[in-house]
Amino acid sequence: MEDLNSQVQRSYEMGLHSEQLRGRTQQRFFVPDEAENFVYPDAPDVDFNRRAEFDAAEMTTSEINRKLRSLINEGYGTIVVKNPMARHSLGVGILNRLNLYFEGSLGYFGCGLIDGPNVRISGRVGWSCAENMMAGTVVIEKNAGSQFGAAMRGGDLVCKGQVGARTGIDMKGGTIIVGKSTGAFSGFMMQRGRMVICGDAGPNLGDSMYDGMIFVGGKIASLGVDAVPAELTDADREWLTRKLKMYDLLPPQGVDHFQKIVAGKQLWNYDNLEPAEKKLIL
Amino acid sequence: MAGKGGYKGSGEQGDVDKFLVSEGLETEREKEIGQHIGYRYDVNLLPDYSRLTPFLKKYIETMGWEDLNWLEDVHMGYEEGRPAVFDRNVNGWVTIPDNITLPDNQQDRDMLARELLIKFQMSPKHPMVTLNKAYRKF
Repeated sequence: MEDLNSQVQRSYEMGLHSEQLRGRTQQRFFVPDEAENFVYPDAPDVDFNRRAEFDAAEMTTSEINRKLRSLINEGYGTIVVKNPMARHSLGVGILNRLNLYFEGSLGYFGCGLIDGPNVRISGRVGWSCAENMMAGTVVIEKNAGSQFGAAMRGGDLVCKGQVGARTGIDMKGGTIIVGKSTGAFSGFMMQRGRMVICGDAGPNLGDSMYDGMIFVGGKIASLGVDAVPAELTDADREWLTRKLKMYDLLPPQGVDHFQKIVAGKQLWNYDNLEPAEKKLIL
Repeated sequence: MAGKGGYKGSGEQGDVDKFLVSEGLETEREKEIGQHIGYRYDVNLLPDYSRLTPFLKKYIETMGWEDLNWLEDVHMGYEEGRPAVFDRNVNGWVTIPDNITLPDNQQDRDMLARELLIKFQMSPKHPMVTLNKAYRKF
């Protein structure tokens, strides 16, 4: 408690409570001659060539996450976790470059809030894998549960198998790639970013999407409100080919059969619409 | 190409300086409510990898990625008539200094924005460093 009080006092001393913000424009400027730093200032220096592995079978979730942090602080850039036993919330909050391998399956909320690492999971993942992911890559070899990549902001999230409902709900950036099919309401309230579904998409695809793009290689059960088909451009084909090749998911017949879904933009500035206009859209 | 660059994506060639020289109000609805609807840049514009800067190449290599990863979604935007880039870590626009000359096309402007954003986010002077010092609990 004493620590908390001293932190509060410190925050006042630093002027954090008297700062005047002007909406979203904070009048901050770049310093273009800033030194070349590629990771956050407090991120430990790690070497991809230094490899560590440990067996997590008898460890609790907290112990596993603490062990990961401790290895990162020691400079290990490649870490293998054996037998994660589908425990929840593993590999979360990693804000550094790192190669992380899970040999087995993860439970709910695996790899959430990460910013930078490259993660590979040889098994399955439960609900909300890579929720709020900021940067990096996460590749799942088998299937994933619902809310896959919920509120994701950046990076590549790949599941080579099937994925549940609400894939990429509230997605604000990044790329989600699904090797097979997804459930209902995929891309619900999507704001930007790209989603690639190599198989079929469930009902209400892209419901209430504001922006972003969804590519579907199989059948679409139905489109949601304000999700509309668009023409696949050469730039899209080039991007799809490059991205799917990166993860060994490029179909033998190429990408020409993919359908592209975008926002109809009828819901833009919804609050300023007249009641009659709102009814017309919905 | 000068002055052009497709601020609304590869399919549409708009004036790249549109939001620097005007308020960008086009439709009846925008004029009526007095504000631009939607982003001030094309969020779906894909990066042209032939225009990668040496700094960005080094960044990709350091992180162990094969492409720009999260930076594919970073673009130079225009806020209050000035070029700026949105920093998700401070949830605000960071203004490009006046002494930096803007390239004449959106693709090069986006590469510049990506480079400057990395330098800003990874700097010990970033506002998050101050917040971290003040509020870090563990």
